[in-house]
Amino acid sequence: MDPTPFIGLSAILFTIGCIGVLVRRNAIVIFMCVELMLNASNLALVTFARVHGNLDGQVAAFFVMVVAAAEVVVGLAIIMTIFRTRRSASVDDASLLKY
Amino acid sequence: MFPWLTAALLLPILGAVVVALLPSPSGDQPRTDLPQKVALGFSLLTLLLVAVIGVGFDVGGERYQFTETYTWIESFGAHYALGVDGIGLTLVILTAILTPVVILASWRDGDNGRWGVNSFFAWMLALEGLAIGVFAAMDVFLFYVLFEATLIPIYFLIGGFGGARRSYAAVKFLLFSLLGGLLMLASVVGLYVVSASSEGGPTYLLTELAPITASIDTVTGRWLFLGFFIAFAIKAPMFPVHTWLPDVAQESTPGTSVLLVSILDKIGTFGMLRFCLGLFPEASQWATPVVLVLAVASVLYGGLVAIGQKSIPRLIAYTSVSHFGFIVMGIFVLNSYGQIGSTLYMFNHGLSTAALFLVTGFLINRRGSQLIGDFGGVEKVAPVLAGTFLVAGLSSLSLPGLSPFISEFLVLVGTFTHNWWYAVFAVLGIVLAALYILLTYQRTMTGPTVEAVRGMRDLNLREVGALAPLLLLIVVLGFFPKPLTAIIDPAVGHTLEQVGVSDPQPDVPAPTAAEEEINQ
Amino acid sequence: MTSSSASLFPRLAEEGGHAVPVIHQVPADGVFALLWVIIALPALGAAIILLGGGNRTKGFAHLLGCATVLGSFAISLVSFFALLGRDETDRSVGQFLWTWVDAGSFRADMALLYDPLSALFLLLITGVGSLIHLYSIGYMEHDERRARFFGYLNLFVAAMLMLVLSDNYLGVFLGWEGVGLASYLLIGFWQHKPSAAVAAKKAFVVNRVGDIGMALGTMLVFATFGTVAFAPVSEVAGEAPTATMTALGLLFLLAACGKSAQVPLQSWLLDAMEGPTPVSALIHAATMVTAGVYLVVRSNFIYDYTEVAQTAVVVVGTVTLLWGAIIGCAKDDIKKALAGSTMSQIGYMMLAAGLGPYGYAFAIFHLLTHGFFKANMFLGAGSVMHAMNDDVDMRHYGALQKAVPVTFLTFAMGYLAIIGFPGFSGFWSKDKIIEASFGESTLVGLCALVGAGITAFYMTRVMLMTFFGQKRWEEGVHPHESPKIMTVPLIVLAALSVLGGLLLFGDFVTDWLTPAVGAVAHHELAFAPWVFSLIVTVVVAVGVTIAWLTVGRNEVPRTAPQNVSFVTRAARADLYGDALNEELLMRPGDRFVTGLVGFDDKGVDGVVNGTGTAFAGMSGTFRKLQTGYVRSYALSVLSGAVLVVVALLAVNLT
Repeated sequence: MDPTPFIGLSAILFTIGCIGVLVRRNAIVIFMCVELMLNASNLALVTFARVHGNLDGQVAAFFVMVVAAAEVVVGLAIIMTIFRTRRSASVDDASLLKY
Repeated sequence: MFPWLTAALLLPILGAVVVALLPSPSGDQPRTDLPQKVALGFSLLTLLLVAVIGVGFDVGGERYQFTETYTWIESFGAHYALGVDGIGLTLVILTAILTPVVILASWRDGDNGRWGVNSFFAWMLALEGLAIGVFAAMDVFLFYVLFEATLIPIYFLIGGFGGARRSYAAVKFLLFSLLGGLLMLASVVGLYVVSASSEGGPTYLLTELAPITASIDTVTGRWLFLGFFIAFAIKAPMFPVHTWLPDVAQESTPGTSVLLVSILDKIGTFGMLRFCLGLFPEASQWATPVVLVLAVASVLYGGLVAIGQKSIPRLIAYTSVSHFGFIVMGIFVLNSYGQIGSTLYMFNHGLSTAALFLVTGFLINRRGSQLIGDFGGVEKVAPVLAGTFLVAGLSSLSLPGLSPFISEFLVLVGTFTHNWWYAVFAVLGIVLAALYILLTYQRTMTGPTVEAVRGMRDLNLREVGALAPLLLLIVVLGFFPKPLTAIIDPAVGHTLEQVGVSDPQPDVPAPTAAEEEINQ
Repeated sequence: MTSSSASLFPRLAEEGGHAVPVIHQVPADGVFALLWVIIALPALGAAIILLGGGNRTKGFAHLLGCATVLGSFAISLVSFFALLGRDETDRSVGQFLWTWVDAGSFRADMALLYDPLSALFLLLITGVGSLIHLYSIGYMEHDERRARFFGYLNLFVAAMLMLVLSDNYLGVFLGWEGVGLASYLLIGFWQHKPSAAVAAKKAFVVNRVGDIGMALGTMLVFATFGTVAFAPVSEVAGEAPTATMTALGLLFLLAACGKSAQVPLQSWLLDAMEGPTPVSALIHAATMVTAGVYLVVRSNFIYDYTEVAQTAVVVVGTVTLLWGAIIGCAKDDIKKALAGSTMSQIGYMMLAAGLGPYGYAFAIFHLLTHGFFKANMFLGAGSVMHAMNDDVDMRHYGALQKAVPVTFLTFAMGYLAIIGFPGFSGFWSKDKIIEASFGESTLVGLCALVGAGITAFYMTRVMLMTFFGQKRWEEGVHPHESPKIMTVPLIVLAALSVLGGLLLFGDFVTDWLTPAVGAVAHHELAFAPWVFSLIVTVVVAVGVTIAWLTVGRNEVPRTAPQNVSFVTRAARADLYGDALNEELLMRPGDRFVTGLVGFDDKGVDGVVNGTGTAFAGMSGTFRKLQTGYVRSYALSVLSGAVLVVVALLAVNLT
């Protein structure tokens, strides 16, 4: 099997996610982009598992999914709370924790 | 055998816990002074315990006595090991004597602190216990832990009770001490490496460590020595790492200053004698010239700067820098006169500086100002206060007949026989001492009574009771220092043996038979 | 002791033509067992009075103070006669009390040495001391702190006795500083006066400068001989290198200069007159200030081996005797005139002590007679002040011989003694010193001779201004004779001033001191002794005549004239000794200290605080990176990750 297309797709997805995190202000969008990056790495992990013929990569992918799920729970809750108190979902508005 | 030293260590700490748990006096109830009384009781019990140890100490016996050794952390080679030789015992006794005196003298000083009066006296007792532990530690690791642990109570004592800028002083003191402690930690770790690579495996036990470090690689030994020495020099304090002391003395209560200067700072010079010389004899001899120059510099610098001070506690702090210069000098001239003198000096300086800090504390409390210029003619209204101030001052300037004279003279004799140049410079310190003490006395006590001190109360019974034991000891030991020199002498002999040096011989030895005949 | 036995004392080590005595002590038995009591009595008195507090001891302090010193005097007297009854070889009695300092091989005992030298000092200190104590009962009667005064006086006597009785240098040091302390306390007794407090401090500090010599000297003695006791050192002193002995001699000379107010440490003595007059008489005339002479004479086994140090002693003595005499000529304050005279007379003693074995006995002899007549005159001056409402300015005196006849007569005895009127005690003692100094060098001899003339001048001036001429009293002053308790000591001291010369009868004092200080064949003199006496007497007569011509014949102005010669102005300013100290030491010292304090605050502490400030500034800069923007954090995470990847690639690809 040739892993190159899979890795390529994974890299493209990761880059999109990364750029999204850096340039967007909306917390939800950033959040989605983070998810995109996680899934990009999942794709790479699964691909490598396939290449090496063992399950290590898949196990790692499962871990990432679980972590992502937990992150969604906590992260969305935080975003909701911030939105409720500040009437804004922009991350630049939530810059109180600074020097 | 009963663990006497552990008891002497734990009893004050137990007292600290008890005092801390006592109900705090609240504003509307009549003052019972319960924390003070309980604290005084515990410190007196400790004094009694230490007195038993002192009486039980066999002058002709083993070097270290009342030893207790238990393995603590096997993989480090750390032990819980206590024991005292003459030097350690002297300082343990000093600690036990000064704590009750300080508690009695500071009866009201804890009232207006950041925390309750309970904590003031609890921290004092905790400090006493830890200090006794430091002076009795026979294990380098245990010593290090206790050395750092003493910072906790003294930090709270400085930062919680005293003048307006006490926080600044406390932090400055803490940072200085931690810097020294860090360097010492590096050396302590280094010692582990050295001892782990020796045959017996890792050990921090002083008696096992000394033979190992005696044959240590020269360069390693010198680095490890420096780590210890700098930590002790900061603690002592020596020029040029002394500037924390004046600030602390200025801001803290007199009682805290006494505990700090008379007891805790002695850990520095005690450590030089016990660890620098005991563990690194080669490096100590290598460092001697530099250390002696620094010591003489401390003597003169401290004296000169003291003359120019406007605040009384700052002045006393600088005199202590001068006195610590003498102590360090006596230690590093590497002969018995100097080291016996230095050990005695630690004790005597503890007494005289305590008396000086406390009596000026009483003075300052009455007037509400530390500045020398705010006083004048106090002798007229408070003769007892002036008299005790003068006696304390005279002991600080080493008047013959008072105990500090003997120690200072022995240190100078030791220095002179080592290299008379150092002695010639150091002896100028006695003129400076006369100046800074008598100038202060003249400006505060004599002359026309200024308006602000008119009506000043003389010392009350409690205050006289706190000072009397100190002054009595100063006079008695001035004429009969034998009880102390007898226990210090063999310990210093052992130390010098470890370093591998002996006393210089006189050029033209005079027969001593003539004296013996008279003595019969 | 190995080869010699007690009966061989004094074993005279033949050295350069004179004999240096070796001290060999015999144990104290019989009456000598009470030696320690001589010191203990006044010490106990001081302790009771001072610790008891002023109010509780007020009623009996003066009696106790006198009783203790009288008790000591009695024991001293008995001991003296007991010593007189002993063989010359057994006249050094040692009493061991306890071991004082014992550290390694350093050892100093609380041990007493009672020999002919200390015996004379004991009599002087306790004898004159008793008289002055008695006098003080009257003099201090109206002072509310009289109890404390007697406590201090007793403390002084105890310390002074310790000084002259100790058998080692450390013990001497104890007494040395003890008398310094007592002197400090007593000069500053009226410490509500700023001038008194300053004078007291000055005396102590200047003495401390001298103490450097005492301390270093004691250390050098120990480093050289391994002991600080006199006896063993005297035994082997001859074997030590000359350079060491010279160093020792000069160090002890420095000490002596401080305590005995010799040039260049003379400046404190005149200021010390701020103290009550009995103090000036006891401490700053008769006893304490002569401690330097005692030290030099006691250390004869050192000075005999070093010509350089001896010469230095002679030079110091000669300079001081002229210095003090010149100052004495210009002072209008009666006590300061007497203080200048004291300096000058001690200069004579030092000069004699510097002459070696030939002069030691004369130094001590003059010390004794001076103790009598100077104490007499100081107490007399006190009595005059008492009569004149504590005015010390002689320009306000005049014609007092009728008003205070007893004081006048006793003072006159002292006057005749000090100028060396033939037959009076000072004649014998000073004459001997001048004679001996001509044996040393003609220049020194001439200086001593001129000094005698100046002495005659200024003492005559004091005499004339005080007791003769016109009344120049302040208004409202009604001079009256002092009470008996004050005049009786004056009479006794006057008698001693007249008769003190008897000590030289049959060469008693020189023979008596020989075991302690050694003896030497007399110098060859250019003239016979009587010629010297004649010359001295003529010079004295000239001095008296000049004083009569300048002071006695003319009206004395009530305020000191200002248009006077440079010499007079210099003498009034103590020959600029204070000015010199001020310019050379105090002001630069002040500036240095101020600079050093600034250096400590700004420099040393500045480095410390600067380090703190630097770290604070650094963190202030770096914390700006924490913007609070999530996306900028994300960017730094990304750049970090890229950096790591690049680094990994760089490592793996090379």
